[in-house]
Amino acid sequence: MLKKISTIPFRGTPEQAQRLQAVIEACKDDKSQLMHVMQEAQEIYGYLPYEVQVMIAEGMDIPLEKVYGVSTFYAQFSLSPKGETNISVCLGTACYVKGSQQILDKLSELLGIGAGECTPDGAFSLEACRCIGACGLAPVLTVNDEVYGKITEDDVAGILAKYRS
Amino acid sequence: MYRSHVLVCGGTGCTSSNSPAIIEALEKEIADRGLQEEIKVVRTGCFGLCALGPIMIVYPEGCFYSQVKVSDVPEIVEEHLLKGRIVKRLLYDETVTMDDVKSLQETDFYKKQHRVALRNCGVIDPENIEEYIAYDGYMALAKCLKEYTPQEVIQIVSDSGLRGRGGGGFPTGKKWSFTAANEADQKYVVCNADEGDPGAFMDRSVLEGDPHCIIEAMAICGYATGASEGYVYVRAEYPIAVKRLQIAIKQAREYGLLGKNIFDSGFDFDLHVRLGAGAFVCGEETALMTSIEGNRGEPRPRPPYPAVKGLFGKPTTENNVETFANIPQIILNGADWFASMGTERSKGTKVFALGGKIRNTGLVEIPMGTTLREIIEEIGGGIPNGKKFKAAQTGGPSGGCIPASLMDTPIDYDNLTAIGCMMGSGGLIVMDEDNCMVDIAKFFLNFTVDESCGKCTPCRVGTKRLLEMLDKITAGKATMEDLDKLEDLCNYIKANSLCGLGQTAPNPVLATLKFFREEYVAHIQDRHCPAGVCKALTVYSIDADKCRGCTACARKCPADAISGKVKEVHTIDTDKCIKCGVCMETCKFGAVTKR
Repeated sequence: MLKKISTIPFRGTPEQAQRLQAVIEACKDDKSQLMHVMQEAQEIYGYLPYEVQVMIAEGMDIPLEKVYGVSTFYAQFSLSPKGETNISVCLGTACYVKGSQQILDKLSELLGIGAGECTPDGAFSLEACRCIGACGLAPVLTVNDEVYGKITEDDVAGILAKYRS
Repeated sequence: MYRSHVLVCGGTGCTSSNSPAIIEALEKEIADRGLQEEIKVVRTGCFGLCALGPIMIVYPEGCFYSQVKVSDVPEIVEEHLLKGRIVKRLLYDETVTMDDVKSLQETDFYKKQHRVALRNCGVIDPENIEEYIAYDGYMALAKCLKEYTPQEVIQIVSDSGLRGRGGGGFPTGKKWSFTAANEADQKYVVCNADEGDPGAFMDRSVLEGDPHCIIEAMAICGYATGASEGYVYVRAEYPIAVKRLQIAIKQAREYGLLGKNIFDSGFDFDLHVRLGAGAFVCGEETALMTSIEGNRGEPRPRPPYPAVKGLFGKPTTENNVETFANIPQIILNGADWFASMGTERSKGTKVFALGGKIRNTGLVEIPMGTTLREIIEEIGGGIPNGKKFKAAQTGGPSGGCIPASLMDTPIDYDNLTAIGCMMGSGGLIVMDEDNCMVDIAKFFLNFTVDESCGKCTPCRVGTKRLLEMLDKITAGKATMEDLDKLEDLCNYIKANSLCGLGQTAPNPVLATLKFFREEYVAHIQDRHCPAGVCKALTVYSIDADKCRGCTACARKCPADAISGKVKEVHTIDTDKCIKCGVCMETCKFGAVTKR
C-alpha cells in the first residue's frame, strides 16, 4: 500500500521531544526495539513525520533509511497526521460480507475525503482497517477509540453529527 | 465465601458493546445494597456468543443474560441477586423453557462444543493468576519439570497427534524435536499471536480469556526444546489481549513461575511481548522473526529452517496461540486422552470464529470431524432473514470456500485440503445468496495485493495482475479466454512464490472458480452478476405495473436518469444511471427492480 506523506509543517513541542528521548534512552542498546520506539513515537506525535524519524534514527544509531523502510512497511505507522476525529471502518471479511464497504463509501461521500485522507480543516480523517476482532458485531467502525457495531448506512450521518462541533 | 458470582464478559466483542459500563453499574448497585461481601463480580474472557453481547452469567444458577443494557442492571441486582427471582425477559431465549431455565451447556450453541483450548475462557478472571492456578494452572509445567525429561515431554506431545493450529497443520511434537536436536548457546520459543486473517479472533480470545495458559505452555516448550527465552508477537490491534498478557507475565514472575530456577528445577525461562504493527505477512513464521528483530517483516527463504537458524540466528520453535493453549491439557490428561478426540489424522478440537451471515456469530470449539452442516445449522443457528446458504469461507485470504453441496464433509486438515480448501487459523465466514463469489475473490485479492511484502516477483506482480483480471470480469469486460489465463496465473503464483502468503494467495480465486464457475461465466457471457453485487453489471429498471408515477424516484435521482410525467410510468435511462440505488430505496411501491 502506498503511503500518503504529509506536507503539513511539523509542529512538535519540546515536551514531546523530551518524552521521545526518554523512550529512546531506555531502548537504544537493543536495536530490535526499533518498532517499539516507533510505536511510542506515534503515540506521542500522532504520526511519524520526517523530523521524528530523524530523531529516532540518530538516537537509536540506526540508518534513517531503515527507519523509513520500517515506517512504510507496516500499516500501523502513519506518515501523515490524523484528524481530531479519526474514523476507521473495518473491512475485515466478516464486516465486508455484511456491507462495510457501503458504510465506508457513505462516510467518504459525507466527509468529501477518501480512505487514508484528512479533511482540510483537520477535523476528520477516514481510514479502512483490517479486522479489529469484533466480528460478532459486524459491520463495525471505530471513532477514535469508541466502537460502533451492527451499523447500517443510515446510522452513518447520525454518528458523524455526534462529533461535529 | 460469596453466595453468588456474576461473570461479565470482558472480551473485545462485549467490551465494544459496552460491558465495562455494565460492570461499573453492577458494582455500584451491589455496593448500594450492601451486598459486596456476598456477591462477586468477575470480568472474564470471551464466552463465545459475541452476537448476543454484552453477556452476563450468574452462578450458582447459571443464568445466561444476553444483550444486557446498563439500564437493566438495577433490575438484575434487585430482583435476581437480592430477591432470588430470575429476570426471565433478559435471559438468552434458547435457555428459557416452558417452566424452567436450561443451563447454557444444553443450548444448541454449546451442546456440541468441546472446550479444550477455550476451557477457561469465560470461566476465570484472566487478570488473576490465582483463579488460573485453582483450575489446575501451572500444574502441567510442574509435572514436566519434576516428572519428565525434555524428551518425554516431546514424546507426549508427539503421541497426542497435535498439529499446528495456525493453519499449516504441521505436527507440533515433530517441530519441537527438530529444535531440541540442535545444540546452541541460546534457543528461543516464539508464540505467533499475529492473527492476521480478517474475520478470525480465536487467538485474541485465548489471550484475553486465559493468558496464563499460553505462558505455561511456552515454558513447557522451552523446557522440552532447551530454550530459556520466549517472545509473544501479538497484534497491536488487540489492546485488551496485550494488556492482560502483560499483567499475566508480571504475576507469573512474582510467583516464580517465570524467571530463574522455576520450581527449584534449575530451569530458567522468561518471556517478552512484542507488538506487531499491522502487516499480514508477519503471520508467516520467518517474517515474524524478522519483525521481532526490528526489521521490515519480510520472509526469509527456507532452509535454513527456524529450528536451525531462527530468531536472532538461533534455533527457534514457533507455534500459534491455539496450539500452545492445548499443551497444558495434553500434559495433564495424557496423549491418549487428546488422541481420543477427532479423526484419524487430525486429533483434538479446533476453535472456529463464526462470522458473516449466520445467526450465532462468535467462537466455537468443536472436535475435529464435526461437519460444516452441524456447525452452521445447529451450533450457528442457521442463516438469518430466511436466506439460503451459499458457501462458507475458511482459511481467510489463504483459504477457499466450501459450497452447500459439501456441507456434510467432516472438517479436518486432510478433508479440507482434499476439496481445495484449507483449515487455516479458524476463521469461518458464512455467505448467503446475496454475496457474489467473484466479488469475494476480488476482496481477498485486494487484501493480498495490499499485504504482499514485495520481496518476490510472483507474489508482488502476480497478485496485482490477478486483481486486474478480476476487475475486468466484474466490470463485464472480460472474455472466456481471460478465465483460462486467470487459472494459469493462479497456478504460476502458487508454484513460484517465496512464502506462504504468495503460495496461497490464489486459493480464494481457485476455490470459487472450482465451485462457482457459473457465476464467473454469468459475469463474462451474460454481463450479469447473479447476486446483484457488482455495480457495473447491475441494471435498474422500473416495473410498469407497479409504478404509480409519484415522481419520488425522479426527484431523488442524483444523475437525472429517471424521466416520466406525474401519474405516468417512469423509466430509467441506463446510460445515465450511476447505479447508486437511491431510486430503489425511495420507491414506496417496490416498483424499482435490480438485476
